[in-house]
Amino acid sequence: MVKDQDYLKKTASFCIDLSKKLGATDVTAEVMHSISETVNFRNKKLDESDRSDSLGLALTTYIGKKKSSISSSNINKDNIKTLVERCIETTKITPEDEFNSLPDKDLLAKKINDLNLYDDDHIENNEKIEYLKEIEDAAFENKEIINTESGFSENKSNFILANSDGFLNGYKSSSFSASCVAVAKDSNDNMERDYEFTSTRHLNDMLKPNKIGKIAAKKTIQKLNPKKIESEKISIIFDKRISKGILSTFASAISSSSIARGTSFLKNKINEDIFSPSINIFDKPNILKGLGSQYFDAEGVKNDELKLVDQGVLKHYLVDTYNGKKLNLKSNGRSGGTSNLFFEKGSISYKGLLKLNPRTLYITETIGHGSNMVTGDYSVGANGFMVEDGIFKYPVSEITIAGNYKDIFKNITLADDLEFKYSTNAPTMLINGMVVAGK
Amino acid sequence: MNDFFSKTDLSRKDAESIVSETLNRCDDGELYLENSKSESIILDDNKIKNSSYNSDLGYGFRAVTGEVVAYSHSNEISKNSLMQSSNSLSSTLKSKKGIYNNEIPKTNEKFYDDINPINEKSLKSKLELLKEVNDYTRAKGGIVQQVTASFSGEHKSIEIIRSGGEVLTDVRPLIRFNVSVMLEKDGKKETGVYGIGGRQSYDEYLKDDNWKKVCDEAFRIASVNLNCKPAPAGEMKVVLGPGWPAILIHEAIGHGLEGDFNRKKTSAFHDLMGQRVASEGVTIVDDGTLHNRRGSLIIDDEGTPTEKTVLIENGILKNFMQDRLNARLMNTRSTGSGRRESYKHVVLPRMRNTMMLNGKYSQEEMIKSVDKGIFAVSFGGGQVDITSGKFVFNCTEAYEIINGKIGSPIKGATLIGDGPSILKEVSLVGNNMMLDPGIGTCGKAGQGVPVGVAQPSILINKMTVGGTQL
Repeated sequence: MVKDQDYLKKTASFCIDLSKKLGATDVTAEVMHSISETVNFRNKKLDESDRSDSLGLALTTYIGKKKSSISSSNINKDNIKTLVERCIETTKITPEDEFNSLPDKDLLAKKINDLNLYDDDHIENNEKIEYLKEIEDAAFENKEIINTESGFSENKSNFILANSDGFLNGYKSSSFSASCVAVAKDSNDNMERDYEFTSTRHLNDMLKPNKIGKIAAKKTIQKLNPKKIESEKISIIFDKRISKGILSTFASAISSSSIARGTSFLKNKINEDIFSPSINIFDKPNILKGLGSQYFDAEGVKNDELKLVDQGVLKHYLVDTYNGKKLNLKSNGRSGGTSNLFFEKGSISYKGLLKLNPRTLYITETIGHGSNMVTGDYSVGANGFMVEDGIFKYPVSEITIAGNYKDIFKNITLADDLEFKYSTNAPTMLINGMVVAGK
Repeated sequence: MNDFFSKTDLSRKDAESIVSETLNRCDDGELYLENSKSESIILDDNKIKNSSYNSDLGYGFRAVTGEVVAYSHSNEISKNSLMQSSNSLSSTLKSKKGIYNNEIPKTNEKFYDDINPINEKSLKSKLELLKEVNDYTRAKGGIVQQVTASFSGEHKSIEIIRSGGEVLTDVRPLIRFNVSVMLEKDGKKETGVYGIGGRQSYDEYLKDDNWKKVCDEAFRIASVNLNCKPAPAGEMKVVLGPGWPAILIHEAIGHGLEGDFNRKKTSAFHDLMGQRVASEGVTIVDDGTLHNRRGSLIIDDEGTPTEKTVLIENGILKNFMQDRLNARLMNTRSTGSGRRESYKHVVLPRMRNTMMLNGKYSQEEMIKSVDKGIFAVSFGGGQVDITSGKFVFNCTEAYEIINGKIGSPIKGATLIGDGPSILKEVSLVGNNMMLDPGIGTCGKAGQGVPVGVAQPSILINKMTVGGTQL
């Protein structure tokens, strides 16, 4: 069982009281506990079981405008005392920073509505094993599949966030996830790999296991016998797995820390057109059972829904207390980033999007970390499929795609197939005119 | 040595008997205890942005039978908690019987000293030095828009208890110093990053104004990139510079030679042992025994002493990197490559310091031989798909080569290639082998571990360059 709120509250309050006693003017403490149990299968056999029990404490002390932090997994009282003393001593000699402070009191979250983020259901390891057997049996129904790995993970966590202005709140959450990775071999002994997964707050909302196995196998087999193509400028479609990454890049480019440091290609773009006019982007923390849902941000600040982009125009940065003070903006409850971030769905169907151009490169996977947040330059390795007149013709691999986000953002057309499978979600996305390097 | 049993109701004797009791029907396993302290001090935007300290304590208890691993970890070192873990392991491995494999070679050789880098240099002097770094770098001119400098230090004590009471210990220091500079000129912004580190005290790396060289290098890389033009797109010849570009070896070849992927036959290399996988003249080793290097270990995280493992000798595949589990299942021995990020993670076969050894050509000869291609001097991150063998990495400093001469710098582009075939495309191996400056962290299955790489300059006949100029 995860530790209850009382235990976490007591520990957090002990840290805050002790820090104040030792000379801190302001204090933030967070105490968290999580238990997770994972079972992994490989080729229809048990491969690994893992039980994780993690307790953690994070403490930040302020003396005026001086600040320092400690964290630890060793929460016995003697050790906490040593750490708090060390934190205070460090704070004393750390130089002042005029922007250091706790969040404004009137921005702290007060009223909290239940978002149903915790499911008390527990699934025993032998039941997890049954589920994984079904996954792998379904995947192995295809003779091309030579290898499978699947896993089932159950996670329960609880935390308390407290500060010396009286904030003391936290909540339990749960997650259940299962995945299947399949490997297939073609006639030339070349191998390809793909996957499918499900991840939910509640046990009963998980996908059926045979569906996961079937989809993983199908996606893997489709990739066999890929071709390398000539270098060319061509329209590309990002599968939903990839299009959400464009949104994640956008989110880090509008984080108040990159804006304040001047290291983002979206600096000074508030109220400017950065996307095509059909694009709207929302960040909505209060979705019931949402994978990214939060009752308040990492500093305890209330977080209302934000329409970050309205008809292509950038409306908000993601602002926390420290960088907000630097930029002369109030925190909008985005310390720690976005919650449930998504593009509003487009107006064209998935099939319609495939047919918009006579030839389109459909990207299902990218590899590498090729995003430069300062310049907006983008270059990654990729594979996917050549689509001609709306029909998937053949798999393509060992290519790169390159461009600049400023251009990519203005050339986006979205399909109407938005679903909430991750905390950041995007529909299938068409981008006109990207440079693809192949042969 | 760290005493894990001084502040708990769990005595060493209790722990040893729980371990023996739990593991006596298993093939392998151990109790791994870890106490780590780490610090991070960051200067950014002219201010100390963060000074933090972390202290982490916990254990990971592992039982292995056949191919099955049961693992349970907790940060509560107590009798109750260890018993709960023991029950969790026994429930997974019930009704199995195996032979306990208890052979561990001993080592007395130390590759780094038992020092605590965090305490050896006072916080005050670290704060002062960061301020000096900031002032020195910003004094390079008005084009310097942003400077970030950081220290990170770690002191990790581990203890491994096996069934039968065998105990192995190690104490591992690790530090890193990093500088990142952003320049702006005529509305164009570029960054440059450089760092140094390893398993010694901060002052070993910072002495004699060595820190200035780090600032100079970060500034130089950013300056080069300010003048860069768009990169070409398509297949062409690539010359890799010495040192850090060996991340190509790490991604393209190294991961595919780790024991687990080969036992599971998901690596493109699994059936190529003894066969030619690289051009003649290409020799690659993975060495955990280099003194004070980031990827070095006296013993791995299962207690096996590390070694210099020859992976590819003169183009022929000789060995995979093994931990105990994969070695046992593949009828070979552990190469001391069993590593984990912390007590929270299971052991996997991992790289240490991966190096391509010297050939006989000069870098100059290589560049002269190229009509059209690129010269890649430094890289950011890389990644590989073990199954298909495709790998990528991103250039952070690169130049075009035209008619045997180095031309303009080019924008950060991704290079993509195919692991099993790339080494056959290596046509010249240089004579200027260099170690990287001590900054690498390798990620696998969500676990990061410090690693090193090294290589001389090499010429690759063809690779796809992911630029924007067709």
